[in-house]
Amino acid sequence: MIPYALRRVALAIPLLVGITFISFLVIHLAPGEPVELQTGDLGIKSSAQAIESLRKLYGLDQPLYVQYWSWVTRLARLDFGRSFAPDGKPVLQKIGERLPITLFLNIIEMLLILALAVPIGVLSATRQYSVFDKITTVFVFVGFATPDFWLALLLMILFGVQLGWLPISGLRSPTWEFLSFWRQHWDFLSHLVLPIVVATFGGLAGFSRYMRQSMLEVVRQEYVQTARAKGLSEQAVIGKHALRNALLPVVTILGLSLPGLIGGSVIVESVFAIPGMGQLMVQAVFSRDYPVIMGNLVIVSTLTLVANLLADISYGLVDPRIRVGRRGRS
Amino acid sequence: MAAGSHGQVRLFWRSFSRNQLALAGGVVVGALVLVALGAPWLSPHDPHRPDVKKILDPPSRAHLLGTDQIGRDVLSRILYGSRVSLAVGFVSVGIATALGVILGAASGYNGGIVDAAIMRLVDLMLVFPRFFLLLAVLAFLQPSIWTIMAVIGLTGWMGVARLVRAEFLSLKEREFVIWSQSIGASAFRIIWRHTLPNAMAPVLVAMTLGIPAAILTESGLSFLGLGVQPPYATWGNILNDGRDSIEIAWWLSVYPGLAILITVLSYNLLGEGIRDALDPRLRQALGRPARDGR
Repeated sequence: MIPYALRRVALAIPLLVGITFISFLVIHLAPGEPVELQTGDLGIKSSAQAIESLRKLYGLDQPLYVQYWSWVTRLARLDFGRSFAPDGKPVLQKIGERLPITLFLNIIEMLLILALAVPIGVLSATRQYSVFDKITTVFVFVGFATPDFWLALLLMILFGVQLGWLPISGLRSPTWEFLSFWRQHWDFLSHLVLPIVVATFGGLAGFSRYMRQSMLEVVRQEYVQTARAKGLSEQAVIGKHALRNALLPVVTILGLSLPGLIGGSVIVESVFAIPGMGQLMVQAVFSRDYPVIMGNLVIVSTLTLVANLLADISYGLVDPRIRVGRRGRS
Repeated sequence: MAAGSHGQVRLFWRSFSRNQLALAGGVVVGALVLVALGAPWLSPHDPHRPDVKKILDPPSRAHLLGTDQIGRDVLSRILYGSRVSLAVGFVSVGIATALGVILGAASGYNGGIVDAAIMRLVDLMLVFPRFFLLLAVLAFLQPSIWTIMAVIGLTGWMGVARLVRAEFLSLKEREFVIWSQSIGASAFRIIWRHTLPNAMAPVLVAMTLGIPAAILTESGLSFLGLGVQPPYATWGNILNDGRDSIEIAWWLSVYPGLAILITVLSYNLLGEGIRDALDPRLRQALGRPARDGR
């Protein structure tokens, strides 16, 4: 197990370097230098000081490899520079303030997806072509095709505007300070309901479909027939023998789909005005706050890399075949 | 398809035409193309002309889907918006497919270090949450329909590259390729004339499923205000406009999203139908249909 884990880690290191490389390329995508873009494009007269700080941050007058090297060494010391926003906070601090709520939402979302997708997938696989299976298939297709921002708007209109049951933006009501202890918690939770429903909906379609497919493959295996043949109840066959094996690939897919889930938080957070990483990114893009954009890109993709790695390793942990096997992801 | 002797086309059609959902998807996709082409003739009003006397009018006989904040006809804007969606879908998927086929073919045909390098690049691109990468890139560029097409295409080629590589790996062991090599055919000729045509089936399916994914991505970007810019009407930016009036004008939020839903659903049904009819084995290779490309 240890050699396998080490091998996966070793494979991840070049990817980490690659992340910094691609992010660095993005800075140099702009036709002009980012300095010009920032000052000229928005028609804002940047102070000479701001221009100077940009030049110093990226060392734009130096050759490319020097720029890259100094940028990467600063990243290695966790120095992501300072935001261009008036508050001028260090980028890392800004991200640190936003990361917890995004992680929190994503973890809840993932747990919910798992809790719902597994039973849905198993039921529709064991009752293939039943009414239940057909309904879930329709749900999956509609779920795939529903834009999450549209679903968010519809739910806001229905529950926020028409029925007035749930708040539609932010994390707390303006009157939050004056509420009692329990009311404060209720207030916070009620703000989270719609964002979590929207974020879960999109992922649920994919996962229940995947779970169904995985289960359909497993129930055709010989060891499942053997389990039946030796007289085990259907419940034991499905619940113990088949389910465990069908769950295996789902672990990997969950890890691999993490970039999608995190990416989805951009939309959800901006629609519901939740102060997380996604909203920070959108705001930074609008104000061309380059240090924040670059910091976000590097940190979010590094987090994704780590999550993929953990999924890979835990897959190896639960399935010994993988450790010895030739299973590259490509 | 090059493998398309008459017999195979007939086989494909026999299996495809039995799938009613896929047929329905195909019909709707065809209708959507006609709508996009015919938008100037189909639109009841000028999509760009404001009318101060008709600000935020609810749906009525004159304006079937209502009007927006400056009195423009929503139906006409949605009809014109279909042109943007279609153009972005086709062009960006074209770019992604071209890149994916070239890199996948290079990878699968050469093997060795070229293959390893290209596949690590694929792994790397997949580590970036696509929406974050798109936003970061767009922050440095002027948003226009061309940049949107380009960035969606340039961040969406990895799936195709993997597919083509996998096909090439199995095809290059086949007799007809080995024979061509033995009589001294050039690598380019072998790829172009022999392996590529035989690898096109999964690529065609990936393209059909890639278009709705690109449409979802474009509308998401436009919804955030970072996609195709006004005054061009797109489904995403009509929804973005509607966000401000969500409490008084539901029609601005409901109808454009419905258009996206119907479009994406039809392409997905069509794509899955083509996949099943071409080769049931592909079900596993291609996995699930397009969700947005994040």
